[in-house]
Amino acid sequence: MPRSTVRIQSGEDVVRVRQEVRRIAIEAGLGLVDQTKIVTAASELARNTLDYGKGGEAAIEIVQAGPRRGVRIVFEDNGPGIADIELALKDGYSSGKGMGLGLGGAKRLCNEFAIESAPGQGTRVTVARWK
Amino acid sequence: MDRIPILKLGEALLVTIQVDMHDRLAMALEEDLTTRIVDVAAKGVLIDISALEIVDSFIGRTLANIAMIAKVLDAVTVVVGMRPAVAITLVELGLSLPGVRTALNAERGMAMIRSLLDAEGMAPGEEAEGAA
Repeated sequence: MPRSTVRIQSGEDVVRVRQEVRRIAIEAGLGLVDQTKIVTAASELARNTLDYGKGGEAAIEIVQAGPRRGVRIVFEDNGPGIADIELALKDGYSSGKGMGLGLGGAKRLCNEFAIESAPGQGTRVTVARWK
Repeated sequence: MDRIPILKLGEALLVTIQVDMHDRLAMALEEDLTTRIVDVAAKGVLIDISALEIVDSFIGRTLANIAMIAKVLDAVTVVVGMRPAVAITLVELGLSLPGVRTALNAERGMAMIRSLLDAEGMAPGEEAEGAA
């Protein structure tokens, strides 16, 4: 299965994540709306990795579960971590310059969403969108 | 750094976003448009996003900011050409683009700007109908 890793160190890298996710979503056979949703979610999460995680990487792959195919992305950083994940997922909550829709919005755009984080331990967000 | 070109068309400014914008480029567009609105005393701003494959919260916020700044500078903003998949995704993301007027395409967007300006001309000092 194709797999691609994008380092996230700059705003241009966020664009690169969008393009790689788009490419792999097309390869996985996702429809246009599903592609748009997972690419938009990836853009939000890549920006979080850059702005709050102080950079990191995104690993993008096609996944298969029985007859279903999808795209899974794992965002990892070694930043300060998130103390209160519940709070961070709330709409309108923002510790930075965003609209406070990043995490919660990304969650709504995906079929699967998992977040692991602790203060000082970095953050790992895993999302998937199925065909 | 790259810049997004801004064209002047009568009393309006026309922007066609043709590239996948990174955040700094979006911020530069906000600044450039603000400067141009004042420089040419523009009354309308038309932003064509038909080439955009996604609008995430940052790009959405930039569009909303531009509309707000333009309003303060006495210009109306219309965003045109949003793709259906982008519209569906925006709503699910939770972005409502407050204060941003939209039209299906550039032609309708220009007509909207013209009619808003006409309405303003008829009732000086009054808000154009539906202004948020």
